[in-house]
Amino acid sequence: MLTHRLAALAWVAAIIVLVPLLFPSAYYYRVGALVFIFALAATGLNLLMGFAGQVSLGHAGFLGIGGYAVAIGPTYLGSPSWLSILGGAALSGLVAFLVGKPILRLKGHYLAVATLGFGVLVAIVLTNEAAWTGGPDGMSVPRLVLFEWRVSGSQTWYWVAAVTFIVGAVLALNLIDSPTGRALKAIHDSEVASSVLGVDVAREKLVVFVISAIYASVAGSYLALFNGHVTPDVSGFLRSIELVAMVVLGGMGSVAGSLVGAAVLVVLPQTLTMLHDYEHMVLGLMLMGFMIFLRQGIVPSLAAALARRRT
Amino acid sequence: MTILEAERLSIAFGGVRAVNEVSLAVPRGMVFSIIGPNGAGKTTLFNLFSGLYVPLEGRVRFAGEDVTGLSPDRLARRGLSRTFQNLQIFFRMTALENVMVGRHRHEATGILSDLLHLPSVGRQNRRTREAAYAALARVGLEGEAVRPAGALPYGALKRLEIARGLASEPKVLLLDEPAAGCNPVETRELDGVIRSIVKDGVTVVLVEHDMRLVMNVSDRIHVLANGRTLAEGTATEVRSNSAVVEAYLGIHGSQEAAHAFG
Repeated sequence: MLTHRLAALAWVAAIIVLVPLLFPSAYYYRVGALVFIFALAATGLNLLMGFAGQVSLGHAGFLGIGGYAVAIGPTYLGSPSWLSILGGAALSGLVAFLVGKPILRLKGHYLAVATLGFGVLVAIVLTNEAAWTGGPDGMSVPRLVLFEWRVSGSQTWYWVAAVTFIVGAVLALNLIDSPTGRALKAIHDSEVASSVLGVDVAREKLVVFVISAIYASVAGSYLALFNGHVTPDVSGFLRSIELVAMVVLGGMGSVAGSLVGAAVLVVLPQTLTMLHDYEHMVLGLMLMGFMIFLRQGIVPSLAAALARRRT
Repeated sequence: MTILEAERLSIAFGGVRAVNEVSLAVPRGMVFSIIGPNGAGKTTLFNLFSGLYVPLEGRVRFAGEDVTGLSPDRLARRGLSRTFQNLQIFFRMTALENVMVGRHRHEATGILSDLLHLPSVGRQNRRTREAAYAALARVGLEGEAVRPAGALPYGALKRLEIARGLASEPKVLLLDEPAAGCNPVETRELDGVIRSIVKDGVTVVLVEHDMRLVMNVSDRIHVLANGRTLAEGTATEVRSNSAVVEAYLGIHGSQEAAHAFG
């Protein structure tokens, strides 16, 4: 189990280091950084959706909290950016706890709509509290400075985002291979059976909701710091849907899948811009194609196909 | 000494009293069977015992304490485990992982130590895996440990649920129709499994339609009909109780009654 995990991580680390050798310009570093930032958020959401089986259509709300934390913290509260990242994460965790407690009792579609409502609510607050947030135009975000080191430029952010994603992925894999992780998977399949085996279903759901919110919050902070600007769109409904699409496309319950899903949904729109008017149509068709032919998501489907060929 | 006790338990669904003032006392270390025609309220009674339903009236006592209205997970942590008539398997997990979840109440879980995978988590995972493997072996499924639960045949899944319940090292294990859907060979093997569970000091409460199994393994039998207690006693006493025979004759026809009590 452990060696298996280390091998997978070694692969990901090798990809992270080797892929830049093929980058012809700084623009590619920018795309790469965005991939890792979204992969981080998708990994957190995957813990909630892929493992515990609880859907969230409002996770961009936590992106927004994290994003605005690094804008408002340094600008109005005099808190350095790095501390604001942590503050945003703590706030997201707290909000997830308070929101999750009542709504995680809901199941399936009802939970989906409730989380959707939460995401919309955050977007509205960010738009309307113009005195703090700059309203629909958003606000600029001061650069991240770590011990005199100014974190700026696409290349730097590529490495920072990649390392953070690796840390996030390791923590997620750790969690999966633990009593909590087993309880989450059990809840996904049968809440009744989990509960009669001593699993506190409500508590475990809340724990994973808080964790996934913290992942999204950190990703949101990175996104804002990287762009140097943040607008309420960061917590828009489409962003939430995009995160869900990354998880499902890459593979529910697969951490590597979250990276692949994020990569596809970040890179594809960028490369398809050459198709001009047909961009969205082709993107839509490709996503449909992925889901039809790789029903379990890209990574689990390919892994299963590979396993079949070996035997 | 009584380990599990129902005191005038009642529950109603839409005006129908599925369980109506049922009182029973399960002595520690026995196989206590609950039988009755379909719709008699056997599974409902199990759901009341395991905390899935909250009774309308009456009390449930477990290990000397009033546990009425306690949630299923709390009851499980006190040592009450069960299986399900219509399987509740974790189909996305392997057979071994299914049983590992059964160890949950014995595992120390700290979210931080789980995230960081501290050495203690690794050691605990190993202990959990060993205990789960031992539980699988007790029901003869050790060869299927790494197979996905979804790939196992029905009879094996029935035993997998027993192993999962056993892994939690319960004081009382409620078995809801473990023989349903099993072939005759598998059912006969259940005799031995149930006896070995009791030998380890676990009290077994059994709901079962297979009368050969019930008559073979039960120390005491409680008969329900239409949500009410019809009779209670040893296998011999129940078999010769005219009300019991009549209840079965009335509903199932003489063939089955003859087979059941013959």
